[in-house]
Amino acid sequence: MRPTDTRDPDYFHKVVDCQWACPAHTPVPEYIRLVSAGRYDAAYMVNWWSNVFPGVLGRTCDRPCEPACRRSRVEEGNGEKPQPVAICRLKRVAADHKGEVAAQMPKPRPRNGKRVACVGGGPASMTVARDLALAGYQVTVFESDPKPGGFMRSQVPRFRLPESVIDEECGFITELGVEFRGGTRIGSLKDLLAQGWDAVFVGSGAPRARDLDLPGRKEAAAHIHLGIDWLASVSFGHVEKIGRRVIVLGGGNTAMDCCRSARRLGGEEVKVIVRSGFDEMKASPWEKEDAMHEGIPILNYHVPKTFEHEQGRLVAMTFELVRAEFDGNGRRTLVPTGAPDVRVECDDVLVAVGQENAFPWIERDIGLEFDRWGLPVLGAASLQSTLPRVFFGGDAAFGPKNIIWAVAHGHEAAVSIDKFLQGEDVNERPPPMVTLVSQKMGIHEWSYDNEITREQRQVVPWVAKELALSSIKVEVELGFDAQAACKEAARCLNCDAQTVFLKDACIECDACVDICPMDCITFTTNADEAELRKRLSAPALNLSQDLYVSDHVKTGRVMVKDEDVCLHCGLCAERCPTGAWDMQKFLLQTTKAGPGCRSKTTLGAAA
Amino acid sequence: MTYLAKPKLHHPSLAQNKVCYTRRDYEGRVSTLCAGCGHDSISAAIIQACWEMDVEPHRVAKMSGIGCSSKTPDYFLGNSHGFNTVHGRMPSVLTGANLANRSLLYLGVSGDGDSASIGIGQFAHVMRRGVNMVYILENNGVYGLTKGQFSATADQGSKSKKGAINTESPIDTISLALQMGATFVARGFSGDKKQLVPIIKAAIAHKGAAFIDVISPCVTFNNHAGSTKSYDYVREHNEAVNRVDFIPTRQEIVVDYAEGQVIEVEQHDGTVLLLRKLHRDYDPHDKVGAMNYITKHQAEGEVVTGLLYVDNDAGDLHEHLNTIDAPLNTLGAKQLSPGMAALEKINQRLR
Ligand SMILES: Cc1cc2nc3c(=O)[nH]c(=O)nc-3n(C[C@H](O)[C@H](O)[C@H](O)COP(=O)(O)OP(=O)(O)OC[C@H]3O[C@@H](n4cnc5c(N)ncnc54)[C@H](O)[C@@H]3O)c2cc1C
Ligand SMILES: Cc1ncc(C[n+]2csc(CCOP(=O)(O)OP(=O)(O)O)c2C)c(N)n1
Ligand code: SF4
Ligand code: SF4
Ligand code: SF4
Ligand SMILES: [Mg+2]
Repeated sequence: MRPTDTRDPDYFHKVVDCQWACPAHTPVPEYIRLVSAGRYDAAYMVNWWSNVFPGVLGRTCDRPCEPACRRSRVEEGNGEKPQPVAICRLKRVAADHKGEVAAQMPKPRPRNGKRVACVGGGPASMTVARDLALAGYQVTVFESDPKPGGFMRSQVPRFRLPESVIDEECGFITELGVEFRGGTRIGSLKDLLAQGWDAVFVGSGAPRARDLDLPGRKEAAAHIHLGIDWLASVSFGHVEKIGRRVIVLGGGNTAMDCCRSARRLGGEEVKVIVRSGFDEMKASPWEKEDAMHEGIPILNYHVPKTFEHEQGRLVAMTFELVRAEFDGNGRRTLVPTGAPDVRVECDDVLVAVGQENAFPWIERDIGLEFDRWGLPVLGAASLQSTLPRVFFGGDAAFGPKNIIWAVAHGHEAAVSIDKFLQGEDVNERPPPMVTLVSQKMGIHEWSYDNEITREQRQVVPWVAKELALSSIKVEVELGFDAQAACKEAARCLNCDAQTVFLKDACIECDACVDICPMDCITFTTNADEAELRKRLSAPALNLSQDLYVSDHVKTGRVMVKDEDVCLHCGLCAERCPTGAWDMQKFLLQTTKAGPGCRSKTTLGAAA
Repeated sequence: MTYLAKPKLHHPSLAQNKVCYTRRDYEGRVSTLCAGCGHDSISAAIIQACWEMDVEPHRVAKMSGIGCSSKTPDYFLGNSHGFNTVHGRMPSVLTGANLANRSLLYLGVSGDGDSASIGIGQFAHVMRRGVNMVYILENNGVYGLTKGQFSATADQGSKSKKGAINTESPIDTISLALQMGATFVARGFSGDKKQLVPIIKAAIAHKGAAFIDVISPCVTFNNHAGSTKSYDYVREHNEAVNRVDFIPTRQEIVVDYAEGQVIEVEQHDGTVLLLRKLHRDYDPHDKVGAMNYITKHQAEGEVVTGLLYVDNDAGDLHEHLNTIDAPLNTLGAKQLSPGMAALEKINQRLR
């Protein structure tokens, strides 16, 4: 193998599994250390720069970082149930425990005279607005709802996300001088463009619910509701109760929010009924657990067949029973079991079987192209549409995803808009800002806590079930207290404390190899990657994790380190007599809109 | 040294051996030696060898003297018996323990100061007696623990860290052990575990006095230019006469070697050593030849390593003394003091 090029920022970035997996590339271990030091304000600000909504995301994030977390891999085969660090809930700790952070908010650059319009007030638009306002743009956000937040406010139920959190975090953005025009629906993109905006960002989400066109749908319509419409009505206080027996159709997170909301609005017998098997449901495992914890059964392999009604009133639904069969290619089909159909009585049905994009307000004759799925044609990285002034992000760009993806798109779109309005090529993406600094403080002293705790993942406390179910406004999770947060934070392995190897200093004494608890390090003759992976002290079977390979050391061998289950304990560096190993903190921040994202040539020309 | 204990977490693929221990179970306390000390690598090699040999930790006695090397038994086999004797006296304590309980595996760990200076008398006699043991001498050419004075194994003309030249003639512990009657004699290098681990395994399987001299650089006091026990010097001058493959039973020999390339040595317990020849003429069964070879090549500045001598039919102290099979410490008062009638019988024979 060729020696690893650690100057490529991607190399060490990948080692910080959580940050790599986070769409917005939040420097996770950096804020976790701040949380354990009780420096909640600083931890909040680290998050705020990266993901804009730490309080919201600390409660609701889809957390792609957690399945990626190294902690689960190192606990594999070590007795306990392997569990990732509670990265998401530690973010909430920073948000809940912080003091007054207003003073730490940055000041926008002087206005540069350019005006940008954002359509929709969801996380994607609000991120664009924040980044561009800071860079000196005059930004106006148009939102048909009265307040900003998008689906965070209209869809995510209050028992998971109190409104005060949304108010505060959207407030930080409007405070920067962003103009928010609530209650203003944009009816025509053509008209908007005619108003002379320098650029337009479309963050209008994916607002249309799929329906189920089954016999009885029309007749029983009064008691059949589309999930996202119903949830919005609940959020805005237009709906305050539901029937005693409720069926929720669908297996995604919307279905989970529907059923739990129904439980709080008078639904005593609430059931979730899905076509697929339980394990294939789209909802996150923790959402399913939470629903079941609230006494909501989930019936799988039930395909909805009819809505039964009597005198124009919904009385029940029927379902065909199926089972999963897999063909040679592992493709699944649902085949009827032949058992008699099942009838489930009900007073109301909530249909949560998916969402689609809809752009009725965008004219098709203005040069903005859509693909055959009805999605805008965009530059994959720039998010620029075929109308160069118009950019997309969030659910409006590639279909429904989640809040953190909307934020990540927002940052990228803001960079594109900034470059576009500064006359630059939007396809030339700015490299991230990276620092790599030794953490050595003394002979065996590091600026991070390198002792490895065996603490198990802390459980987030909940309010009593009766209280939780009594009102839709009672937040279910209480969040970690300082003590639990500290214990949980200690589980983080500080994966950003990189093991950096200087081959010229190595005397091949084997001290690092001998001390490494995880058998990460091997000195061996070089070979191709497949061969090397077999030949190491412990086999390197996780192909998604890189091998760190040095150039030849004195004996002609190479040092190979399997990054997979390194504890970042620094014992290799403590044991090395010559300092050939060092623990160096890798801090990566993505480049945001503003002078930093512009190419050197333009900067030079401006100066 | 390191202040943190080595985390107990281990690689998910870490395997158990036949006696249900992982390699990590053979570790001891975290080492307090200097970072990079060769002795720590030898500890790691001992751990690896014991794990591979399915050694039961409670059936091992680690004996040592005084020195950095003699401290190491604290850093491996944390669940075994141990005795840290006074300086240079490990061989006699080991001999006594072995006489009392022949059923344990005796692991003697010593340094060049401990064995070749203050303890040279004991060293000579424990080899002569053929005590069944694995004697590992961690040879760095200095008294590490007392800050790097030349030891008796330092080569004449080699230079100390401060620049002083050693004027005295060195003791070659390998030649001494051969002369004194050790039946398994090998030399290794702490920086080459591929060679060292199989040698330790073979020594464990050997019944009789097994001696391994391991060149083990002292990074703090003897790893500079002008030293003949530094990592660089040993790597440059290392001449391995053979490579040992340790095979637990004859049935398991699957490797096919070209004729004349390999020597098979079947030990007492049925285990087999395959010696891949690296030097065509080297015969590890020929003691006089071995002594000549070593003397000649060492005079030329080579560090001769490998399994240098092995006696297939070695015996041990218990055999020489014709003791009973049962460990003496298991005998009860009745057997140890059989009564007047038995005494009378013995006396009769002497009349
Ligand atoms: C029930 C439910 C629960 C969810 N729970 C989570 C969760 O826990 N965690 C998570 O990460 N994600 C969750 N999501 C997904 C998440 O809400 C969205 O992916 C995210 O909000 C998308 O952000 P966005 O900025 O692209 O658009 P949105 O948040 O959808 O915001 C778009 C906004 O644009 C407005 N708008 C649309 N058209 C116009 C127009 N023409 N003029 C003016 N305004 C307009 C809309 O009113 C809306 O407020 C959930 C989704 C649903 C449906
Ligand atoms: C009776 C006695 N004399 C002298 C000493 C001082 N002393 C301690 S260790 C040592 C030499 C150790 O050298 P070596 O056996 O080579 O061990 P190393 O530290 O080099 O591994 C000496 C002379 C002592 N502890 N006891
Ligand atoms: S252990 Fe910490 S730094 Fe490593 S992946 Fe998990 S949260 Fe991130
Ligand atoms: S930091 Fe070094 S010693 Fe610790 S697990 Fe990683 S490679 Fe091994
Ligand atoms: S002084 Fe030398 S022998 Fe002793 S621990 Fe340090 S390096 Fe090893
Ligand atoms: Mg010594």
